[in-house]
Amino acid sequence: MELAGAIIALIGSIFLFLGALGLLRMPDIFNRMQAGTKATTLGSILFLAGSAMAHAECTCIGKIVILILFIIFTNPLSSHALARAAHHIGIPLAKKTVKDDLAKDEKKDENSQTGKGE
Amino acid sequence: MVNIIYQIAGAIALAAILLAFVRMIKGPSAADRIVALDAMTIISISLIIFLAATLQRVIYIDIAMVYGLISFVGVVAIARYLERGI
Repeated sequence: MELAGAIIALIGSIFLFLGALGLLRMPDIFNRMQAGTKATTLGSILFLAGSAMAHAECTCIGKIVILILFIIFTNPLSSHALARAAHHIGIPLAKKTVKDDLAKDEKKDENSQTGKGE
Repeated sequence: MVNIIYQIAGAIALAAILLAFVRMIKGPSAADRIVALDAMTIISISLIIFLAATLQRVIYIDIAMVYGLISFVGVVAIARYLERGI
């Protein structure tokens, strides 16, 4: 049980490292956000679960479960808010980007609003 | 054996926090820095749990919970500020 917990914590820390490496190497803010949010979410969940399994006598399991649920709920929310803000203030995309549907929809909305105003 | 594997996991998480810190220094725009800061917060929650398990202090888990809460509120507030919302 304890050995399995330590190995799960090791896998989680490898996910954390890969997320930080993607944060450093990706070309664009949206790619960086994807690497830095999804990989670190999975990595921290695995690390916390592995810690609770490896050292069950000195980590309270109920609090660890609450912390894992909290990370699952709040991490995508903050990432979504940041991505929306970054697209809104017009940070340039990477040169290899092939599709940007949000900009097209925003332009369509602006056209329909000005049409109604006139 | 268990302790050695667990300490290697903690060392890898510490290396991850250093990589995210490099991106926070280099980042061309403000949103890049905030993304790196968010990732650093998530990794440091894991490191606080590592310290709680290694030093056998259960009270550190409460500190990790409060740290995550404050980080979430801060990131959402900065996103609204970048969007000219507040």
